[in-house]
Amino acid sequence: MSSQDTRSLWADAFSRLVKDRWALISLLVVVTYALVALMATLGIGMPDWRSSLGIEYLAPSGEFWFGTDLFGRDVFAKVIHGTKIAMSVGLITSLIAIPIGVVIGALAGYFGGWVDDIISWFITTFSSIPNIMLLISITLIMGKGLLSVYLALGMTGWVGLARLIRGEVMKHKEREYVQAASALGGGHYRKLFVHILPNVTHLVIINTSLQFQTAIKSEVILSYLGLGVQGEPSWGTMIDDARMELARGVWWQLAGATLAMFIIVLAFNILGDALRDALDPKLKGK
Amino acid sequence: MTNYIIRRLLYLIPVVLGVGLIIFILFNVVAGDPAPLLLGKHATPQQVHELREQLGLNKPLYMQYFDVVRSSFTFDFGRSWATRQEIFEMIKIGAWPSLTLTIPAFFLSTVISILLALVVAFYRGKGIDLFIRFLCIAGMSISSVAYILFFQYFFAYKLGWFEISGYEPQFPDFFSYVALPGIIWIVLSLGPDVRFFRTVILDEIYQDYVRTARAKGLGEIKVLLKHVLRNAMIPIITYVVIQIPFLILGALLLESFFSIPGLGGITLNALNSSDFPVIKAMAVLSSIAYILFSLLTDILYTVADPRVKLK
Repeated sequence: MSSQDTRSLWADAFSRLVKDRWALISLLVVVTYALVALMATLGIGMPDWRSSLGIEYLAPSGEFWFGTDLFGRDVFAKVIHGTKIAMSVGLITSLIAIPIGVVIGALAGYFGGWVDDIISWFITTFSSIPNIMLLISITLIMGKGLLSVYLALGMTGWVGLARLIRGEVMKHKEREYVQAASALGGGHYRKLFVHILPNVTHLVIINTSLQFQTAIKSEVILSYLGLGVQGEPSWGTMIDDARMELARGVWWQLAGATLAMFIIVLAFNILGDALRDALDPKLKGK
Repeated sequence: MTNYIIRRLLYLIPVVLGVGLIIFILFNVVAGDPAPLLLGKHATPQQVHELREQLGLNKPLYMQYFDVVRSSFTFDFGRSWATRQEIFEMIKIGAWPSLTLTIPAFFLSTVISILLALVVAFYRGKGIDLFIRFLCIAGMSISSVAYILFFQYFFAYKLGWFEISGYEPQFPDFFSYVALPGIIWIVLSLGPDVRFFRTVILDEIYQDYVRTARAKGLGEIKVLLKHVLRNAMIPIITYVVIQIPFLILGALLLESFFSIPGLGGITLNALNSSDFPVIKAMAVLSSIAYILFSLLTDILYTVADPRVKLK
């Protein structure tokens, strides 16, 4: 057992994080959404959005918290299904974008020279095309649907992280601990992956929280444009439905989807800021 | 300085080649044959062949890539598959409605955000700072689509203060059509903008020169406006100028909701009819605008801060 004086940096950061009440609440919100999404995926204990109750456009009540839709389906159940879609989009796009961003950024920053020239050219080129044009083009070409949304958001989400990691690795490779590793005979692979990368992990964590909320917001826009999820409810398609419903005074589908999205994106926003403060104490107070 | 600009302009070439490559790979390689899409399932092989000939899809791939790159320099994007119009003409016509919406909205949102950020920085750490910061984060957490739907329903449909949709290109007439989408644009921009400007201003506020300014007896407002704001100009300029290309692209969602026949609307129509050449043209044009404006930002640095020398 280590004594309390030798608490690791991570434990230290974690204790800073949970001391912040808002950050703790946000973390709980994220965990709750993740659990709901997981249970909906496994089909445990979550209401079925498919079952039609036969009564269309029931206003919210004790029985149907968010009312029913055109086909008499429970809007709350649709919101839950939308949660599953949104969290899966956040998770899968992060799993695609983050490794790409880390590897590309680390290679450019570590090797410099022509490797950096080529990668920097690629990053500049990629970020010259407005994100929305890339997203639209990729989903249009890959065919509408959730799979295209994952790919499009995953393939466009790495640029910011790659830039950050590149700059940070550049700074680190000149530090004494990397020189020491060289002196001990460490090769490039060892220096980069064993010594430098663990020191930039905090950027990855902060960026994941950003990637999640960007992905969730983008999924809503793509689904709204008809490029996203097909044949099952997502927050985006629910908001799209609401376009026709509002004039009839049916506001609950819009409200339900917007509220569900608001809470999780807000939680990620607060959590992201708190993570930055906790993991990067130099920035504290700025 | 001239040397620097020339070098940056030369760097345009590999970037435009790269943008062309990405667009070429997406639309000419990955997308596959558009013939069934355009002619339907029952086209004869003869028709398919003629169409491919006409669209230049029978050429070898490197020639097709060359066509994409050439269009980035000549702006000759060919004709739309859906409307048969010259794409560059469509873009010229669509630019005006887009700009009447985005320029005033962008100008106002930037000025309001900087002012709000100064207020927030003035009251840093106090209740009003916390409140506005929370409002920013909360505002950013609502879907832009939800804002548009709600504002259009409430202010145009329910209260009847604004036109629900449509557009008039004549000078004072268009204001009544772009007012509400413009307001939504401003509301959508306030959150991220105020947050960014606040951070930038607070980065400066703890510097030594600010302490000196206070020590010699300047009031806080004068310190903020004359010293802090001037020094915060560089990040503010970058942030503002780099958004300008996106004004040209128009406001995709706003234009479609309010039936404004601008570039955003053109892009969305092209999207719905799988009109590849139009989407390619919009992607190429917006990328070139982005590259040019990032060069402009660098040049503006030297204006904002004479210490910056471009080499």
